[in-house]
Amino acid sequence: MRKYVIRRLAFLLVSLALASVTLFVLLRIMPGDPANALLPVGATPEQITAAQHQVGSDLPLIVQFLHWIRDLSTFHFGTSIISSYSVGPEIASRLSLTVPLTLIAFVVAVAIAIPLGFIAAFKAKTWYGALLNGFSQLGIAIPVFWVGVIFIFIFALKMMILPSGGIPPEGWANFPGMLKYLILPVATIALVMSSSLTRYVRSATLDVLGSDYLRTSRSLGSTFTQAMVRHGLRNAAAPVISIVGIELATTFVGAVVVESVFALPGLGSLLVRAIAQHDYPVIQGVLFISTFAVLIIGFFADLIQRLVDPRLITNLSGGLK
Amino acid sequence: MKAAKHGRKLGVIGVALAVTLGLIATSAPANAASADATINIGSLYEPQNLDNTGGGGQGVVEALNGNVYEGLYRLTDAGQVENVLATSSKISKDGLTYTFTLRSGVTFHSGKAMTSADVKFSLEKVSATDSKSARKSSFKVVKSIATPDAKTVVVTLSSRSISFIYNLSYIWIMNSTAKDFAAAADGTGPYKFSAWKRGSTLTLVRNDSYWGAAPKNKTVVYHYFNDATALNNALLTGAVDVITSAQSPDALAQFKSSAYKISNGQSTTKLLLVFNDRVAPFNNKLVRKAVTSAINNAKLLASIWGDYGTLIGSMVPPTDPWYEDLTGVNPYDLTLAKKELAAAGYGKGFTFRLDTPTYDPHPAAAAFIKSELAKVGITVNINSVTDDQWYNNVYKKHDFAATMQEHVNDRDVVWYGNPDFYWGYNNASVTGLINQAEQAPNARIQASLLKRANRIIATEAASDWIYLYPQIVVASSTLSGYPINGLNSQFYAYNIVKG
Repeated sequence: MRKYVIRRLAFLLVSLALASVTLFVLLRIMPGDPANALLPVGATPEQITAAQHQVGSDLPLIVQFLHWIRDLSTFHFGTSIISSYSVGPEIASRLSLTVPLTLIAFVVAVAIAIPLGFIAAFKAKTWYGALLNGFSQLGIAIPVFWVGVIFIFIFALKMMILPSGGIPPEGWANFPGMLKYLILPVATIALVMSSSLTRYVRSATLDVLGSDYLRTSRSLGSTFTQAMVRHGLRNAAAPVISIVGIELATTFVGAVVVESVFALPGLGSLLVRAIAQHDYPVIQGVLFISTFAVLIIGFFADLIQRLVDPRLITNLSGGLK
Repeated sequence: MKAAKHGRKLGVIGVALAVTLGLIATSAPANAASADATINIGSLYEPQNLDNTGGGGQGVVEALNGNVYEGLYRLTDAGQVENVLATSSKISKDGLTYTFTLRSGVTFHSGKAMTSADVKFSLEKVSATDSKSARKSSFKVVKSIATPDAKTVVVTLSSRSISFIYNLSYIWIMNSTAKDFAAAADGTGPYKFSAWKRGSTLTLVRNDSYWGAAPKNKTVVYHYFNDATALNNALLTGAVDVITSAQSPDALAQFKSSAYKISNGQSTTKLLLVFNDRVAPFNNKLVRKAVTSAINNAKLLASIWGDYGTLIGSMVPPTDPWYEDLTGVNPYDLTLAKKELAAAGYGKGFTFRLDTPTYDPHPAAAAFIKSELAKVGITVNINSVTDDQWYNNVYKKHDFAATMQEHVNDRDVVWYGNPDFYWGYNNASVTGLINQAEQAPNARIQASLLKRANRIIATEAASDWIYLYPQIVVASSTLSGYPINGLNSQFYAYNIVKG
């Protein structure tokens, strides 16, 4: 297991290094000059030259790359070339919204999906099992922004019981206010995420229910519950954990859509604005953090999966040797 | 035993829920008394930074101009220039020397007294090498700035400039000893800058040591949105009290009730079909006139803005002193358009590329123009461009045949006097009239000269001025005292009363 963790960590570091180079190169391939976002119509040629010098877009690419690596190594991520703020603290401030939003939605989604998935599997041949399956299919088919718009229409505009978007000016200092503003975004993400998770839980449980080892365990005298607890749950959990990790990472990166619908100042909205302004340090910083989050979630998902199912470590070690 | 444990757990959950819901319930804003009210302003224009000479964008003008920062002069919502930090000015007979006397007893929010050194610093900041101010070129005329004492500023110009006082209304007087202009603000205005949560809100609080009349509210919070629908929803749910500039006319129907007020004010933003007047076929004024006459601007305006907006037929909006209705100069007339095309040698039409910004209303307007021009044999290839591509290829390199753009400033017809400007309009008599106007001895002569220049520009269809945007402010009916005109994006908050 230790060897596996070390190998996995090394892979994570190499991935991050590759990501830092790729991000830099891809952004510079994009046409355009960040200095343009600073200038009004009517700017003189001298103003254009001065702006290019200020944002550093007149520097050779290798120098710009070295600056990026320097900023990365200090976790400072440089300074916004449009707005002059330090990128690191701004990302931290945005994460203080995106991380709780994603995690709360994730916990709610898992809390909904596991019991529903089980019920859908155990009662697959009943009408309500089929109904649950149908609902989860529907949840997957409906785009997340549409769910958000419908929720706003019902709960904010018609019933007037929840805000339609934004956050209180005081942020988390107004804790109850923040909770109130997060209810609809969390419900939106949780509904969509739980729909797909329910399907995976149902499918994994159905596989287990039809397995030889469960039948053998029952024939040796175990009750259904004993057989499920001893053999079924672990086997069903492994593929679900892997999917849960992917779902969590996707939700974190995809929070931009929900943040746009609900006007939330999270990491996604920071990225969208930065892309529109060609604010390279901000784009690089946000994408790097997102890449890091995806890799770290994958790392922990793999680790938990292997703790639940030790056969995976043996197989991997054998395969790599 | 087991049941008791479950009971405790349920009890704990119940208490937690009750506390959470109780806290949520108590978080609803209380109805404050008017003088201590918080005004929540909804806007689509978040500042890029807080420095109006550092590329802060129109959002920083909307939030801070006149509220946190003040100039020597102020442009009122009605378009008049009035004294603020300068109590008087004396102009020499040759019109080259301006002596300003500063208001006494004015301090910055940090407590430092405002002096002539701050005024000099602020003027020089606009014309500095790294300045990104849209007004930088207007201050090229400044030759020197002297500060004989703390209350006097003497500005010497290299040539007469009738617009000098007017241009000064754009210049914020900043604390010359302040260090950070991008993320903090230390002005002399009725509000102190309190906090800016990027992507969300910018908060101003009443300056109790203000030299002038106290604001009629205590706190102003600008709430920023990227999406017009989200902004409208915020007004509908009471999260904001007013929308500074409504940009989705289709959504106005939901505000047509006694709970809201819709103001149709004066705007200075024009939508232009800009021709590259340097290159064929648009270097031929007959072609430009033909294209202008072939597009039914009234129909386009109605389809985009319904009953709002104005046709003006030139670059000059009604709030400029040299405005006149020139919509009849190049009327919508397909027969005339075809005749002009034939006279220009393009009887069989031609094809051109229309560089179109990707944001509204440009794509819809470009599609309309394409279908209109097809009626006179002109083929339009619509080329969508990002802001950045527009700035690089159109504005800087002049690599375009025609494009669409919004021009937001007032009094900007003078750009047609600069042959190097991106549209390349080059008429020596217009340049001469505009230069003469700037050096005119009084405002009446200035207006008369600019009227003549504008008439030539319109007659030659230097561009097609499709329409003047409406300035629509939508507010809760409990609100009053807010500005209704969107002159240069400013939004004074100090007279707003709630309730």
